[in-house]
Amino acid sequence: MIRAHVLICGGTGCTSSGSLDIQAAFAENIEKAGLSEEVKVVQTGCFGLCALGPVVIVYPDGTFYSRVTTDDVKEIVEEHLLKGRIVERLVYNDTGDDNAEKANVNVSLNDTAFYKTQNRVVLRNCGVIDPEDIDEYIAMDGYAALGKVLTEMTPEDVIKCVTDSGLRGRGGGGFPTGRKWSLCAPNKAPQKYVVCNADEGDPGAFMDRSVLEGDPHCLIEAMTIAGYAIGATKGFVYVRAEYPIAVKRLQKAIDQAKEYGLLGKNIFDSGFDFDLEIRLGAGAFVCGEETALMTSIEGNRGEPRPRPPYPAVKGLYNSPTVENNVETFANIPQIILRGAEWFASMGTENSKGTKVFALGGNIEHTGLVEIPMGTTLREIIHEIGGGIPNGKKFKAAQTGGPSGGCIPADLIDTPVDYDNLTAIGCMMGSGGLIVMDEDSCMVDMAKFFLEFTVDESCGKCTPCRVGTKRLLELLDKITMGKGTIEDIDRLEELCNYIKQNSLCGLGQTAPNPVLATLKFFRDEYIAHVVDKKCPAGVCKDLVSFVIDQDKCIGCGMCARNCPADAITKTDYIAPGHKLPSYVIDAEKCVKCGVCMGNCKFKAIEKR
Amino acid sequence: MKTLAELQAIKEKMKNKVVLREGGEAIRVVVGMATCGISAGARPVLNTLVEEVNNSGLASKVTVSQTGCIGLCQYEPIVEIIEAGKEKVTYVKIDAEKAKRIVKEHLDGGKVVTEFTIANQNA
Repeated sequence: MIRAHVLICGGTGCTSSGSLDIQAAFAENIEKAGLSEEVKVVQTGCFGLCALGPVVIVYPDGTFYSRVTTDDVKEIVEEHLLKGRIVERLVYNDTGDDNAEKANVNVSLNDTAFYKTQNRVVLRNCGVIDPEDIDEYIAMDGYAALGKVLTEMTPEDVIKCVTDSGLRGRGGGGFPTGRKWSLCAPNKAPQKYVVCNADEGDPGAFMDRSVLEGDPHCLIEAMTIAGYAIGATKGFVYVRAEYPIAVKRLQKAIDQAKEYGLLGKNIFDSGFDFDLEIRLGAGAFVCGEETALMTSIEGNRGEPRPRPPYPAVKGLYNSPTVENNVETFANIPQIILRGAEWFASMGTENSKGTKVFALGGNIEHTGLVEIPMGTTLREIIHEIGGGIPNGKKFKAAQTGGPSGGCIPADLIDTPVDYDNLTAIGCMMGSGGLIVMDEDSCMVDMAKFFLEFTVDESCGKCTPCRVGTKRLLELLDKITMGKGTIEDIDRLEELCNYIKQNSLCGLGQTAPNPVLATLKFFRDEYIAHVVDKKCPAGVCKDLVSFVIDQDKCIGCGMCARNCPADAITKTDYIAPGHKLPSYVIDAEKCVKCGVCMGNCKFKAIEKR
Repeated sequence: MKTLAELQAIKEKMKNKVVLREGGEAIRVVVGMATCGISAGARPVLNTLVEEVNNSGLASKVTVSQTGCIGLCQYEPIVEIIEAGKEKVTYVKIDAEKAKRIVKEHLDGGKVVTEFTIANQNA
């Protein structure tokens, strides 16, 4: 009889930090301890606290071990699983109660600040079930929504339920899902399609990957429900080939569902057929745009096409198509089972439900969080995210990746939902949230995202292909200290032009990072062009490293470590010191900052 | 699979296996499993408890887990029953047979098996 489960995160984050070896070590040690009949090892999806991986949770007590190594496994097996003594040094505790561990009070995952304020709907099974076992999904009410839809509801009932829930597209645009379905449903055609956009391309966003890896059956169930609602019998999941674990698990899940008759002909004896296939994308950012994605599924080069006609009328293979994002679909089974009212009770007036954010950048707890719409940025960053490392100050957060904008520190109390973010010139985007501290340069940040869009522009339309390139050149000029005040106006003008004239979402949103930083951090742009200074000291051409001759004790540490041999000894001996001080040759200096990091006497300054 | 009943059957069968991972149980049963407990025979007690709890369909409200040395080594194997709002019950010198009675009478029946509790031992 199994009395304990050891859950090991098998998401991409923990896998790359070695969770597969840890799983093997657990299997071996449990066998050795003679516990094979009592303890079961389960590989699950992402728990969300990726920064603390590899993560291991032991149930029934729910003990949360973080940063586990293969060397720790023996101790966990012998102490915890055999003798019931929790290995305190590995337990993650951010409950603020330092005595909790010492008093052997169990610090369970759900008590941590990171999880306490979350509300996991989309991620409810991630880190709880084995994604490669359809039975575990069924145990968690899996496929019950599909059963309900096919036996009790008409397609109109399903669309009404989704419409009433207020669910909006989680891929970034925020279009009401129910409306999308109801626009497609009445169109008559020999074949209609359901497409899932799993081409998660925003730098820093990985919630779709985590759902695919942690709860793939949820997506299959939701797409089948969508197929029934709009009258489609065929579905495609377009997922990028850079997500090998997600692809493997989804394929396994599709095979299991087919074996159980939950995909295929005459599902639940209702006469409804649905078939699902995976299509791999090669990782072009533009393929996340819905029309480009469909062009790519058709086997052509991924380029967008003008709308209208909209996909609901003429989508994949010129047939009526509904395309939704992974996170949007992942909400559907719960909405069907628990009702539209339940879903609509979460969130704000026009943004219902929850949203998953991928926290990254200068933040303590890098990872995935799911919170009700309307949670403030302050709560997300300081309470759930654990704040900014090294006591630095929060400066801004970038939402929506290269299509979004930044939220400055004085708007940190903005409740995060679609409308509030749009109102301040940002966008929800797919949910990447990159946190920046006081040492970040906003011009440099805008430049970073522009470099990305210049690379990823498909080249079909001129405003995007040429416009973004010219934008980047202007930003380069500014960060090199060669900009003029007129360049800032030209920057703004060009941004607005690209926004209005590009063919698809990629170009239309590409200038957003520039526009948002111009709006909130214009003074930083001015500092770059007028004072020729980078206030954060990031733009290399605008900073110089200088040794304070009177603080330098002449140890020579800086000179020995300088990769450019730019530091030499002088003849000057400062009062009170025994050795001559050093000086940096600005001509030779490559501004790497190594000298500053090495100086124990804080004699080197960045100006 | 063609019917909802079949789906339900899989769910029922699997539920006991994953229920372990859902927190918020009403009753916690803790077995002392340090060296002293193990040498006094705590392992068969723990396994019996887990098995009996599952067999009596109590798995959704009872969690069986283990702990380290409780500090009363001469009374091992020790089993403690912790229920919110009630005083903790400590059973001592338990074996597999006694464990079965605890599940039947206390966990299922709601009646403390007083003859096994620590209060009834003559130290």
